[in-house]
Amino acid sequence: MKEFLFIYRREANADAGVQWSPERIQALLKPWQDWMGGLAAQNKLVDRGNRLDGDGSVVKSGNIVTNGPYVEMKEAVGGYSLVRAKDLKEASELAKGCPILQVGGSVEVRTILAMDPIEIK
Amino acid sequence: MSELLPNLFRTEYRKIVSVLGKKFGFEQLEVAEDIVSDTFLVAASTWGLKGKIPANPTAWLYNVAKNKAVNYLEHQQVFDKKIAPELKQESRESKVPGEFEIDLSPQNINDSQLQMMFAVCNPSIPVEAQIGLSLRILCGFGIDEIADAFLADKDTINKRLFRAKQKLREENVEIALPVTAELEGRLQTVLRTIYLFFNEGYYSESQNVTLRKDVCFEAIRLCYMLVENSTTNKPDVNALLSLMCFHASRFDARLDENGEQILYEEQDTTRWDTDLVRRGEYFLNLSATGNKLSKYHVEAAIAYWHTNKADTAEKWESILSLYNELLMIEYSPVAALNRTYAVSKVHGKKSAIEEAKKLELTDTHFYFALLGELYTGVDNTLAIENFEKARSMAKTDSEKKTIKKKMDKLDV
Repeated sequence: MKEFLFIYRREANADAGVQWSPERIQALLKPWQDWMGGLAAQNKLVDRGNRLDGDGSVVKSGNIVTNGPYVEMKEAVGGYSLVRAKDLKEASELAKGCPILQVGGSVEVRTILAMDPIEIK
Repeated sequence: MSELLPNLFRTEYRKIVSVLGKKFGFEQLEVAEDIVSDTFLVAASTWGLKGKIPANPTAWLYNVAKNKAVNYLEHQQVFDKKIAPELKQESRESKVPGEFEIDLSPQNINDSQLQMMFAVCNPSIPVEAQIGLSLRILCGFGIDEIADAFLADKDTINKRLFRAKQKLREENVEIALPVTAELEGRLQTVLRTIYLFFNEGYYSESQNVTLRKDVCFEAIRLCYMLVENSTTNKPDVNALLSLMCFHASRFDARLDENGEQILYEEQDTTRWDTDLVRRGEYFLNLSATGNKLSKYHVEAAIAYWHTNKADTAEKWESILSLYNELLMIEYSPVAALNRTYAVSKVHGKKSAIEEAKKLELTDTHFYFALLGELYTGVDNTLAIENFEKARSMAKTDSEKKTIKKKMDKLDV
């Protein structure tokens, strides 16, 4: 078994102007909860990870700090999780159930390189 | 008297053993056990001989045990002072005879029992040994009762307890509450043992229903001791206590007179113990502090929903999201299977079948029983196939019968 990072992306500013209510948030969270619960039930969820706020900054060399990369990018990272799978193929298969795909977003699946002491040498 | 002495044994043995054990240390735990057993023997013969029970039997027992313990310690001291130095060339701190004090006050009894609990629930010994020692030392169970609860023979249990005590001695485990920095971690071990201890009684295959119930209530009692002490009265301790109260509330309804299981759907709700349900709610409320959500919190909340028998959408949606939460805290096959059942209640059997297939828990009969359940009414041929597989893998007759009943209801 290997570990994979799922990076959830969706269109930046997709939620601009949305009126949030507890019911709306609940309706949005439920599919996520069920999907992650399903991964956990297969013992394939390593860490549910975190959701990321839209707020952020980018720090570049030369003391340049900009407020978020989102103006120039179409998609923004909205969160991440750690998943366990046999190989990249299985991990990608697991990602197909992600609710973000229902709202035009995407999941980037990346293999995590194990800290193998032999490799470091 | 035929009733009195066994009852006293059940309530007092563990108290005196904890106090003496604390005084003597694991080094001489057996001596402590022997002294207490002796005390009860003396009581049986003296009270029987005189045909009269003392006015205060508990005080009488404490006195005899105290005298025996002091005698032992004095002899031990003579040995230590006169003989041991010759052997080891070192002397323990010397005490004058009469200086030994055995404190059997309620406060010290409580403290000693709590300290003993932490000492026995030590990660250096296997969890079944922790449960066995707890039953013996903290609950005063006889070896034959422990053997019955574990469905093992007395020899196995004796050996297991012997090895466990030996290990605790080797590891120099102290009979004391852990220091503040270690409390949280050690408390987790204690909670886990109490939780498994309870399950041992609740799910035991032993036919002895009274004994199983006793085991469950002893687990509740030990957890209650933790709640009563301000050092150990933590949110997750209350959550575990709540969980056990909810489960125990269905104890009478879930077993028939032969000790066989009655399924949840078929239970007579009038036999649910409403008093225990209320206690469960009480401790669940007390557990809702702090910022840590333990698996006991989640399981208690699930058990709470099960105290409402009516099948509402709200109930199953809550149960499903709680199982999602539980699995993210700690994976277990049982939780994965139960979650899938909740999926069928919320999203229908077809989605649940899809989810179930992904679990691939093919080494447990519960998996096939669940598939049988899910296929029932969707594809009865597949339902029968899965039930058949479950029945062939089931370990007990009682389980086989339950599965058979479900198959009989299907017409193909």
